[in-house]
Amino acid sequence: MSFLKFKNIKIVGASATVPDNKVFNKNSPLFDNHDDYNRFFESTGIESRYTVGNSGLCTSDLCVDAAKRLMKAIEWSEDSIDCLILVTQTPDYVLPATSCIIQDRLGLKKNCYTLDISLGCSGWVYAFSVAAAILESGAFKRAILLAGDTTSVTKSPLDRSTYPLFGDAGTATAIEFSQEFGTTAFDFGTDGSGFDSIMIKDGGYRNPVNEKSFLVEQKEDGKLRNDLQSILNGAEVFTFGISQAPKSVKQLLSNLDLKPDEVETYLFHQANRMMNERIRTKLKLETNQVPYSLDIFGNTSSASIPLTLCHAKNDSPSNGRYMACGFGVGLSWGTAYFELDNAKILDINYI
Amino acid sequence: MIDNNNFLEKFKEVLEIEDQEIGLEVEFRNLEEWDSLALLSVIAMIDDEYDVIIKGNQFKELKTLNEVIGYINSQL
Repeated sequence: MSFLKFKNIKIVGASATVPDNKVFNKNSPLFDNHDDYNRFFESTGIESRYTVGNSGLCTSDLCVDAAKRLMKAIEWSEDSIDCLILVTQTPDYVLPATSCIIQDRLGLKKNCYTLDISLGCSGWVYAFSVAAAILESGAFKRAILLAGDTTSVTKSPLDRSTYPLFGDAGTATAIEFSQEFGTTAFDFGTDGSGFDSIMIKDGGYRNPVNEKSFLVEQKEDGKLRNDLQSILNGAEVFTFGISQAPKSVKQLLSNLDLKPDEVETYLFHQANRMMNERIRTKLKLETNQVPYSLDIFGNTSSASIPLTLCHAKNDSPSNGRYMACGFGVGLSWGTAYFELDNAKILDINYI
Repeated sequence: MIDNNNFLEKFKEVLEIEDQEIGLEVEFRNLEEWDSLALLSVIAMIDDEYDVIIKGNQFKELKTLNEVIGYINSQL
């Protein structure tokens, strides 16, 4: 069991920014005809995505926009922020850590604690737990958590099993020390035996980039891509998600002695509709408890949970009890329980 | 033990091939309708109907519907 619980942690607000480039899957050359597309849409539920395309926008650019707007809206001055955490798997550079660059771009004070975390679909939950642990004692008062990815650039445009699924987004979540605010709690898990289910083989230090890395060819799984583009073993990830996500949510509910209907809103990582609906029905949740953003934004990796929170703000209250569950690349999963009290959830911005 | 006919019906329903005559010995990956979405839908159907989750790498070993049924039965 991996259970963490905090009592002095408050989410003050959240924001999300996406590239101003909407791509409709029905226009994709990957689908032979309308029926072909309809079949894709019925299973995945992904109608469109916002992608960086050739704009040159990076995760950091999207996150900086989200952070600036949020800091302004909640009136947090640059020098009041003690901690900046970025979770992404599409950093600006191999080194330095992108959070260091963002500290300067946001004008945060020099004695700011900054940290990059390399996780995807589960990343926001993990980074939230790190921020909570750092803030709980009250020594640090304010943290900005950035979660974003430009996953679209890591997929092969010739691979219909991955390319139409992914969108890009950057998000910011403002978290502060707030004495006896309420309960924030987490459940975590990892199964590294599935590390190759979602993976980019070349470009790290195990397999440095070489001339062959760029060669687009049909791989052992039948997909056309090069080794700088992402593998996605759909069946493996699907079975992982539908088994681990409901288990993790149930575990956390049970640790907190809560019934599923005592939590108003469940924010799930936005994988695809078939998978997410299965998780929802396994947990016997009502449709109005489980907002979606994947229909419009696709799978946005580490940004998906806060993006869904921002997207759904008209449908669900920014007060009350929330459960957020991320699951995917690693394989890694995590569930967070938190309570919102008049949190400032901003409209999504398009840049 | 699961009902073989019921399984076959559900399988055909998922692939939208209700009007085709196929048997349990068919190597389903050779069906024209088989693709990555079909794979996920079949895994989902088996989870729904029999409460058995077949992992991707286990599913890969199963060639015919008879073998799929055998695997489900071994998990019940």
